[in-house]
Amino acid sequence: MDINIKTLEDVTVVELAGDIDANTAPSIQEKVLPLVGTGGKVLLDMTAVPYMSSAGLRMLLSLFRQVSAKDGKLVLVGLSEEIRDTMSITGFLDFFTTTETIEAGLAFLN
Amino acid sequence: MVIDRIDVHPTHTHTTPAGDTFKLRYGRPFPFGATLVPAGVNFSIFSSHATSCTLVLFKKHAPQPFAEIPFLNEFRIGNVFTMIVFDLDYENIEYGYRMDGPFNPQEGFWFDASKIVMDPYAKIIGGRDVWGVTPDWNDIYHHRARISIDDFDWESDRPLEIPDEDLVVYEMHVRSFTRHASSGVKHPGTYAAIRDKIPYLKELGVNCVELMPIYEFDEFENSRPNPTNPDETLLNYWGYSTVGFFAPKAGYAATGKLGMQVDELKTLIKELHKNGIEVILDVVFNHTAEGNERGPTISYRGIDNKTYYMLTPEGYYYNFSGTGNTLNCNNPIVRSMVLDCLRYWASEYHIDGFRFDLAAILSRDAWGAPLANPPLLETLAFDPILAKCKLIAEAWDAGGLYQVGSFPAFGRWAEWNGKYRDGIRKFLKGEPGLLGDTAQRIQGSPDLYAWGGRGPATSINFITCHDGLTLMDMVSYNGKHNEANGENNNDGNNDNDSWNCGWEGETDDFGINMLRRRQIKNAVSILMMSQGVPMILMGDEVGRTQYGNNNTYCHDNDLNWLNWELIEKNADLFKFFKHIIAFRNAHPVLRNRDHFRNHDYVGSGYADITWHGTQAWQADWSESSQVLAFMLCGKHAKGGTVEDNYIYVAINMHWQSLGFSIPGLPSGMQWHVFANTGANYPEDSFEPGTEPVLADQHNILLGDRSILILVGK
Repeated sequence: MDINIKTLEDVTVVELAGDIDANTAPSIQEKVLPLVGTGGKVLLDMTAVPYMSSAGLRMLLSLFRQVSAKDGKLVLVGLSEEIRDTMSITGFLDFFTTTETIEAGLAFLN
Repeated sequence: MVIDRIDVHPTHTHTTPAGDTFKLRYGRPFPFGATLVPAGVNFSIFSSHATSCTLVLFKKHAPQPFAEIPFLNEFRIGNVFTMIVFDLDYENIEYGYRMDGPFNPQEGFWFDASKIVMDPYAKIIGGRDVWGVTPDWNDIYHHRARISIDDFDWESDRPLEIPDEDLVVYEMHVRSFTRHASSGVKHPGTYAAIRDKIPYLKELGVNCVELMPIYEFDEFENSRPNPTNPDETLLNYWGYSTVGFFAPKAGYAATGKLGMQVDELKTLIKELHKNGIEVILDVVFNHTAEGNERGPTISYRGIDNKTYYMLTPEGYYYNFSGTGNTLNCNNPIVRSMVLDCLRYWASEYHIDGFRFDLAAILSRDAWGAPLANPPLLETLAFDPILAKCKLIAEAWDAGGLYQVGSFPAFGRWAEWNGKYRDGIRKFLKGEPGLLGDTAQRIQGSPDLYAWGGRGPATSINFITCHDGLTLMDMVSYNGKHNEANGENNNDGNNDNDSWNCGWEGETDDFGINMLRRRQIKNAVSILMMSQGVPMILMGDEVGRTQYGNNNTYCHDNDLNWLNWELIEKNADLFKFFKHIIAFRNAHPVLRNRDHFRNHDYVGSGYADITWHGTQAWQADWSESSQVLAFMLCGKHAKGGTVEDNYIYVAINMHWQSLGFSIPGLPSGMQWHVFANTGANYPEDSFEPGTEPVLADQHNILLGDRSILILVGK
């Protein structure tokens, strides 16, 4: 699991590559959360994530909740068809704003 | 800042022969099963007679375990083996147990440490992740327990607590509902697909789905080639054979292959609740999938055979279920397990109610004798967590104990009213001498339930269910046609109380087909106009047929799968069902909590219910009469607590049209026609609220085998 973080204007853009499961999920949360201040904006680029396990879904939701608690916003970009379908079926999709492209994601956050 | 718990540190280690070291700690007995705790996973399993126990760990799908960790003697409290194992990849492992103890079947002991047995409290079960995929028959551990996180976000959802008497129940098989290609859903035959079809259920108007068994079962149990059809493998399709009581069937989940069936099912329930639809589970506590002494050892046999099963003095399995073994339900330990199970589903899955298959077994003691006050049934009736759940008993078993009307109810249990089914079917066939019985059924069977102080909602009224002919087949076949089951048509019920309307099976005859459709509408009319709780069978609303097969338990094909093209093909039936369910939902006078008192107790000038015949105010109860009519006074609705319209129902089961004189209404009111099954579609029913005024308010000619429903406002 590769995590590449950069800042675009006031948005924390997190590029993820690889599977997100019980082994890799904690490190994502550990790396991202400290960078999010009050009113923080987070864009998670999931284009290179082929698979998310139950733990992965939960980590995302947890991250979303913590960002929201700081009055921040979070958007998921580039979910694969399969992951999107899984998230919909297991009830996770409704919590999130998702976009196809990074441009659209940035537009939502701003 | 929360300080670490003291119990997050290991106290022991165990190193396997392969050289892997595991950190361990004393576990806690509660809850039973495998639970995530801050330190790791807490494993807890009980056995009355095991001498030792070893935890066996597999990587998901692996043929051999990667570790075996014995429970040290200090890890036992009473008969419970419990320990915490640290640093487990809980998402990707499967676990089981080796239990050692005596092997002496005559005494009831079947311990065999060479077998790996499944945790009875497994919350997720692997091994049949995708429906119908042939298992590896050499697998040393077929049904594998996995660890569930159990942290689903229900947000504000809770069980709906719809009053019993207001329910309209739809009995559904999860796979059958959407597996047919015509369903057009993305994941046919799954929990997720039911969600896609919620708009259909809402349009139909039902407010409760009763799901046939969803506890994990093995569709390959007793699988065999169909002797009458070389292309078909017969499966354990309906699922009345439980492998694990705490886990939802993976093969019913679109995400089953990912192990996410728990979240998928909970999401379905959440969505159903949002749309005002309750969920009742059909639960099978009368036996398990382990069969008798020739059956597989999956779990209980290897853990606590003597406790869980009713055994004869020689150690054989009593068979009151007809399937090989019988769960020893009134044993205190088993009772606890059943209670734990139902509490788990009620609290973790927000289930609204349970229907107990072959529930008479639940009132038998360890040797099969019926108990007057069965402790299990009493426990369930009074449990605080289950207090608002519907409890419904199929009040008979395969051992001859028939308890409809006498099931030990403790004021709480409802019953599948087999007498309603039998009586109304005979009445629809045109059998004479049934008016008295029919009148009782229509009133919610006070003859069966009023003596015990129970109201009409005690009676689950049904004419069809999964056992038996579909409604379309009930009017198309005189006898069963189960040849496809490969048992020479010997299986299935012989007393179908059905009438084919003049020809056995499919026909082009216009008159016969018209009569069949009319009979279907007559059946659902009587059902929806009766006090009590109506239940309909999936597909009856669109005329689903099983071609006369009344026992399709083994077919994974379109004999069972609902064909969605029927909605258009039988649009007239669907419309009728939709209208009459809406009518029932709109009229509280049809959904009383208490039995009729047969007199005027609100001063309306009309008794709550009055009986009529072709003559108003004069019913003909004679042996040869096939005419019955009744009128409900709207001011007596729900015991006089709400005001409703007047309703008049005239039933003509005679083969000739008859003139009816209609009772008068209070001045200022008029009779409107809601439905007349003798009229041609689309005049056979109207959307409630749009009923046209009856042209002649005093007399009407009602066609043969027809039912008229009027609403007075």
